[in-house]
Amino acid sequence: MIPGLLLYMMLVAPPVAAWLEGSMVGHMLVQIPLLALAGGLVARAVSGGRGSVLAGFNAGGIPGLLVAVFAVIAWMLPRMLDAALRGALVEAAKLTTVPLLVGAPLAVSWPLLPPVARGFVWANLISHAAVLGWVYSVAPNRLCTSYLFDQQAALGTALLIVAIALLLGWGGVAIVGAPQAARSTQN
Amino acid sequence: MRLRAIFAAIAAVAAGSAVLAAVTDGFRVATTEGAWRLAVAERPRPLPDATLLDQSDRAFRLSALRGRPVLVEFFYTSCPAICGLLVSQFQAVLDALVERPRGREVLLLSVSFDPDRDTVTELADYAARLGDDGRIWRIARVNNPGELRGLLDAFGVVVLPDGVGGFVHNAAIYLIDAEGRLAGVYDPDAAERAIAEATE
Repeated sequence: MIPGLLLYMMLVAPPVAAWLEGSMVGHMLVQIPLLALAGGLVARAVSGGRGSVLAGFNAGGIPGLLVAVFAVIAWMLPRMLDAALRGALVEAAKLTTVPLLVGAPLAVSWPLLPPVARGFVWANLISHAAVLGWVYSVAPNRLCTSYLFDQQAALGTALLIVAIALLLGWGGVAIVGAPQAARSTQN
Repeated sequence: MRLRAIFAAIAAVAAGSAVLAAVTDGFRVATTEGAWRLAVAERPRPLPDATLLDQSDRAFRLSALRGRPVLVEFFYTSCPAICGLLVSQFQAVLDALVERPRGREVLLLSVSFDPDRDTVTELADYAARLGDDGRIWRIARVNNPGELRGLLDAFGVVVLPDGVGGFVHNAAIYLIDAEGRLAGVYDPDAAERAIAEATE
C-alpha cells in the first residue's frame, strides 16, 4: 500500500501536477495512467488475498471492469481535460476518481477476468490508442482549447507509439508465451 | 452470487452511461468548443458592453450596434495562420450579403485581440489592404485593453501565446443577434450558415 500512497502523494503535489499538466502527453499519457496505477497499487494491497464485502458484486471481474472503462472514457474526453485545467473542483474530481474508479476496480477485477475478457481489453486498448493517436495527429482543429496545436500532434504520435509498443508486447506474449508460463511448461 | 454481479454490471453500465451523457451534453459534444457552440445556440448569451475603436478612429460601444445582426470574428493583423482564412471568409460574406434581401441589415465586425500592436493606424492600413471602407465591415480593437479579457471570455475565445510572439486561438464566426446577444458560433468554413441565420 505504501508505494501506491507515495506515488499518489507525489502526483497530487501541486508542482508535479502542474508540470505534468503542462503538456497533453504529460496529462493524458503520464498523469492519468499513473493516478490509476496508484489507485491500483493501494487497492491490491488493501484487498490482497482476503475476501471483500463487494466480491459478490464483482464475480468474474466484469462489473469492476465496466466501472473502469466508463471512468476512463470520461477522463479521455478533451472537454474534461480542459475542465480539469480550468476548475479546481473538476481537477479534484479527476485526482480522486481516476485512482478510485479506474485504478482500483481494474486492479481488483483483472485477476478475476477470464482470459477471453483480458484479450478483449487488450485488443480494445491497442485499437483505441491507435485510432485516438491517428485522430489527434490529423485533426485540423485543436481538440483541447488549453493546449497548443503542436502538443496535440505530439500526443497523437505518442499514442501511436504506445499502440505499436502494446501490440508488439502483447503479440509477443501471445506468440512466444509469457516467461513464467514457458518456465512452468518446461518443468 | 452471479445474480448480484449481473445487477452490479447493469448498474455500472447505467451509471456510466448517465455520467457520459452528462459530460457530453447528451452524447452530442466531446470538446469544450463544441459544448460552447451548443450552449450558445440553445440559449443566447448577454455580452459585455465593451468600447471599441475602429479603423477610422471611431469609438463605439458594442450596445450601439443593437437592432441589427452582427457577424463577428476575432483576429490579429500579424497572424500568420488561421486569421487569413477568417478574413477571406469575411470578404466572401460581405459579397454574399449584398445579394440577399435582408443582407444589408447585417454588420460585420473584426476585433483584434492584440491591442498592443494593432493600433488604429495598423487597423486602417489593414482595412485599406482589404479594400474595406468601414461602412458595413468595421475592423476594430478594444479601446480599453482592460476590457479585452471579459470580451474574449464572453465570446468563448481562448487566446494562448504561441511562444514566438504570436497567438494560438480558436477561430470562429460569431453571431450577435439584433438584441445584442451572442446567438451563434460557426466554423469559419460554415459562413453560409452564419449568413442564413443572420438574415433569417
